[in-house]
Amino acid sequence: MSEESASCARVTSSVAGDPPPEAASPPETTAKEASKMTARVGQKAPDFNAPAYYKGGFTNVKLSDFLGKWVLVCFYPGDFTFV
Amino acid sequence: MSAVAAQYEALQKMDVEVISVSVDSHFVHKMWNDNELNKMVEGGIPFHMASDQAGNIGRAYGCWDENQGIEMRGRFIIDPDGVIQAMEVLTPPVGRKVAETVRQVLAFQHVRATGGKEAMPAGWEPGKPTLKPGADLVGNVWKVWNPSME
Repeated sequence: MSEESASCARVTSSVAGDPPPEAASPPETTAKEASKMTARVGQKAPDFNAPAYYKGGFTNVKLSDFLGKWVLVCFYPGDFTFV
Repeated sequence: MSAVAAQYEALQKMDVEVISVSVDSHFVHKMWNDNELNKMVEGGIPFHMASDQAGNIGRAYGCWDENQGIEMRGRFIIDPDGVIQAMEVLTPPVGRKVAETVRQVLAFQHVRATGGKEAMPAGWEPGKPTLKPGADLVGNVWKVWNPSME
């Protein structure tokens, strides 16, 4: 969660709590494999690493950094929408 | 998102962290926070607002809408081991009920604290009786629980 340059959000092709598969695998492969993954209850959550806005600054947020805590991940259609 | 932010302090006390995700860039997140959300929640959004512009995270979580290029209203409760314990996905026009999320987290935390020895019947809330699954309970749930207790 350090202040890093902004890059595209990507899922890491691993699940939260497991070591990353191969650090050397190219990003395109990662995205393709990731698109097949589907979150299921009772299964490990797909890990991800994404640029984020946090308390006035820009940073990256990685789901697996929060292992040991309960996490609520909330998707929504878009900023400045009404609901 | 402001509804979740308003409950953030309570969620923190429950050891719950929050990450919100949409297709907007983190720059737009800042503008939304600075220009609108901080008028709805004192101090603005206190958790990470992640950007998923290509929909990669949304796809992995099954809430990506290919036609509109947006995320559905997905909500996932993930336990300290990284396991998804609950999920809910709504189409955009209907918002979530944060209190229901809080209730579910408390229920899953209770189950975890008892090592799975207790289960939570329909409508369980803190203070209501739990069930202790075992041979004694088979066919006898009616003695300890009925739908009026929901």
